[in-house]
Amino acid sequence: MLKIDKLNFSYDDLKVLWDVDLEVNEGEIVTVLGSNGAGKSTTLKNISRLVSPDSGTISFAGHDLTRLEPHAVVETGVVQVPEGRRIFPEMSVRENLRMGSYTKNAKRERKENIERVFSLFPRLREREKQLGGTMSGGEQQMLAIARGLMANPRLLLLDEPSLGLAPLLVKDIFDIIREINRQGVTILLVEQNVYQSLRIAHRGYVLETGRVVLTGRGEDLLNNDHVKKAFLGM
Amino acid sequence: MDSPSLQPLLLFVQSLISGILVGGVYALIGIGLTIIFGVMRIINFAHGDIMMIGMYLTFNLFTLAGVDPFVSIAVCIPVMFLFGGLLQKLFINRILNALPQNQILLTIGLGLIMSNTMMLIYTSDYKILTTDYSSSSFSLMGISISQPLAISFIITAVITAVLYWFLMKTDMGQAIRATAQDRQAAQLMGINVKRMSIIAFGLGAALAGTAGALISPTYYIFPQIGSTFTLKAFVITVLGGMGSVIGATLGGILIGIAESLGAVYISSGWKEVLVYVIFLLVLLFKPSGLLGKSRM
Repeated sequence: MLKIDKLNFSYDDLKVLWDVDLEVNEGEIVTVLGSNGAGKSTTLKNISRLVSPDSGTISFAGHDLTRLEPHAVVETGVVQVPEGRRIFPEMSVRENLRMGSYTKNAKRERKENIERVFSLFPRLREREKQLGGTMSGGEQQMLAIARGLMANPRLLLLDEPSLGLAPLLVKDIFDIIREINRQGVTILLVEQNVYQSLRIAHRGYVLETGRVVLTGRGEDLLNNDHVKKAFLGM
Repeated sequence: MDSPSLQPLLLFVQSLISGILVGGVYALIGIGLTIIFGVMRIINFAHGDIMMIGMYLTFNLFTLAGVDPFVSIAVCIPVMFLFGGLLQKLFINRILNALPQNQILLTIGLGLIMSNTMMLIYTSDYKILTTDYSSSSFSLMGISISQPLAISFIITAVITAVLYWFLMKTDMGQAIRATAQDRQAAQLMGINVKRMSIIAFGLGAALAGTAGALISPTYYIFPQIGSTFTLKAFVITVLGGMGSVIGATLGGILIGIAESLGAVYISSGWKEVLVYVIFLLVLLFKPSGLLGKSRM
């Protein structure tokens, strides 16, 4: 479904991604692991076209994403929930959700999708009129994911959804990600919480200083010595 | 009403009301600048010159075709919207990620080209657009109200209300605000932020041009009139909180009142002093602007 081939990227003179190959199949949860600065978020930014790669191809369901503008990427069904939530602070919960369904195709199903995300996140229904900027971190993260779902994604890119959340909430968020996947959305998940993401992922990639050093099934990676030593402190 | 003890109060109310009426038009100019700043974080130093073009457009429609200046708004709004959108598409969109000084140079340069082009066509002579109601006024409870100012204030109020509804309630208006609040997140929602920028600059230019049309029956029309209005619009925008539409509305009316009271109680040559004193006080004590928000 998504295929990244030999992706190279640099910020000015600093090379961040080296020949990254990555594939996501329909229906999967795929996770990209790695420490700070390994190039995880940069990979997602390349997919969403917020930055332009030096070389390499990114294709999704027959579209060459590298030739599209960021807003056109969303129209192909690739939707990113960015790191740090990035919700619209001066807009209410409902307005944020409305902006999530801005594309033509999503606009048609706005009503159904609002009901869908409200049943997934009942808290958001209670806070419908509250301004996004005044909500707690956990609520903002729920809103950010809900807003992403409003765009009718076929592939949902999640960038560090558990970052800065209370431990109890972290588990909730991962359960919700699994539930979204069950409802038919393919997921590419970038995380620093290695244990939780491998627990729900079908497959995973490990990035180190911009290179893919390891790839495999979720449970295999969870038992991999290198992963254990580098990320799980075992 | 004519008892001597009421005279000072009457004078005060009189100048307050004419200040509010003039302030409405200032608000229109300020709102345009604040929308452009909100969406693009660029200060449009050609804003007053765009207003000046609106004035000449109205002047020509009046002298060549006999169109009433207030009716000419129907032409001014679409023409200036297209003009602004074109400026954005051809020039401003290219420098959105450039250094601030380059952005300033570009908009100042565009403004100079506009004023000098108009000077080439119309010379720098002052032109006057005289309608049969230009200096007429009516009396309301002992207060005399200028007719053209009153009409322009009503039009301003209607335009501001429609604009506010557009920004708050429609999909496109919300997308413009979303772009102002977080440009990258807006892109991730499938919003074409370049198109939103074109619309925002078009709106800003349409508002400035409309303000130009509204003041053309009461002001001298000449190519260099823009710079004072750019400065005024900038002050209004800062007063209201950069990027806040309601703030710019309040800021515009406040400046109108300050000028009017300054002219009456100090002297008309010194009326601007009061404006800048208020400006400095706000900068000193509430630098984020009266409403303290920097987002649309």
